[in-house]
Amino acid sequence: MRELDVKRIEDKIAELCIEANHYLGTDVKQCIAGKLEEEPWPVAQEILKSIQENIEIAEEGVFPLCQDTGMACVFLEIGQDVHLTGGDLAAAVHAGVRRGYGDGYLRKSIVKDPLRRENTKDNTPAYIHYEIVPGEQVKIIVAPKGFGSENMSQIKMLPPSAGADGAKDFVVKVCREAGANPCPPIVVGVGIGGTFDKAALMAKQALLIPFDQQNEDPYYAEMEQELLERINELGIGPQGFGGRTTALAVHVLAAPTHIAGLPVAVNINCHVSRHKEAVL
Amino acid sequence: MEYQLTAPFTKEQVKALRAGDRVLVTGTVYTARDAAHKRIAEMLKRGERPPFDLKNSIIYYVGPTPAKPGNPIGSAGPTTSYRMDAYAPDFLDRGQLAMIGKGQRSQEVKEAVTRNGAVYFAAIGGAAALMAKQIKEAEVIAFEDLGAEAVRKLYVENLPLTVVLDPAGGDLYQQGREEYLKSLGK
Repeated sequence: MRELDVKRIEDKIAELCIEANHYLGTDVKQCIAGKLEEEPWPVAQEILKSIQENIEIAEEGVFPLCQDTGMACVFLEIGQDVHLTGGDLAAAVHAGVRRGYGDGYLRKSIVKDPLRRENTKDNTPAYIHYEIVPGEQVKIIVAPKGFGSENMSQIKMLPPSAGADGAKDFVVKVCREAGANPCPPIVVGVGIGGTFDKAALMAKQALLIPFDQQNEDPYYAEMEQELLERINELGIGPQGFGGRTTALAVHVLAAPTHIAGLPVAVNINCHVSRHKEAVL
Repeated sequence: MEYQLTAPFTKEQVKALRAGDRVLVTGTVYTARDAAHKRIAEMLKRGERPPFDLKNSIIYYVGPTPAKPGNPIGSAGPTTSYRMDAYAPDFLDRGQLAMIGKGQRSQEVKEAVTRNGAVYFAAIGGAAALMAKQIKEAEVIAFEDLGAEAVRKLYVENLPLTVVLDPAGGDLYQQGREEYLKSLGK
């Protein structure tokens, strides 16, 4: 049994909120550079270059990558041999987000009630997902989620008869309908199976997978490849101005589901694909 | 084509713009997103003067991050424009000349653009740090309680924009994609 003070989690989250909003992963940057090389359409090339310039400016540490510094989505993988001390874990997470978004001059983009819409002024509450795993460590992933892309996400409860083709067609349809709205080039997370909410969760978790990482299951690796090609055949291009680079990456996560169901969720992210992690 | 334009634009300058043109804008631009548009629309309905004169105005759909000390503004890229579609046609009919945002607009907005000889520009979504560097002054002029969604008066220099909806009915989101796909022989 290992003791861990939640204050350490709070402090780390404050750091990660700021880091995630200024520094993209090398997988993202490398992917954009690779797509630029393959992009034949001149307007699209210019947009990708501007995106790269933006990344460099943000790395100077003054201006965040995007003004939508996102809803703070925090994924915690808690080792079951950890004893958390020093206070309430959730409160510590929210405190970390509050401090990170305050100290980091990040935008306060959360409203307390979805219908009455009063801004909470400190970007809390965070969205927290907990998983209990073997071991003595706590892994923290902070993934700020912008809502331009989030708003273009969709979920459908397909009949099993729709099959893989039905699932793939739905994913492509979601991307086509999104068009320029989610700030292409996009990143696509797909969740297939589980329940209504599990599919959506998997779709969001799929967005955290490194771009160059293929699905372990060759069946889904092939599907990811096919989806990426089909989405890029839409021709929407960077910012919707036309071009080959509509999507940077597609990842699929699947889970067992009910004999009567085929839930398919598509969570869209933009090219400012933000997540930073730490292990305590 | 590429243009350098200084606000306030003339109707003739806007009339010449075509979907796909690159424009560097210098001058005064006002910011407003959905909440501010709603309040301004309500003020107009009540016969009150809005926070700024809509005539010939340029409205940028943006909610910036807080400014760090020494900077006029934080990161400031465009928010998705369709959320303002409910309000934009009326504002255009009242004389607003230009909208800056990103993403598809409704048929009603497109018709309001051509009907009024107005223009809809896109700024690059997610290039918010890049955009911020071109904003030289920023001042909250209304709805301070809205925080990031307050109405701000900006002075911008060479703000890089692309014409999406032009007064002649052009739509870059349609045309750009069509031209690209055509170039592939599809």
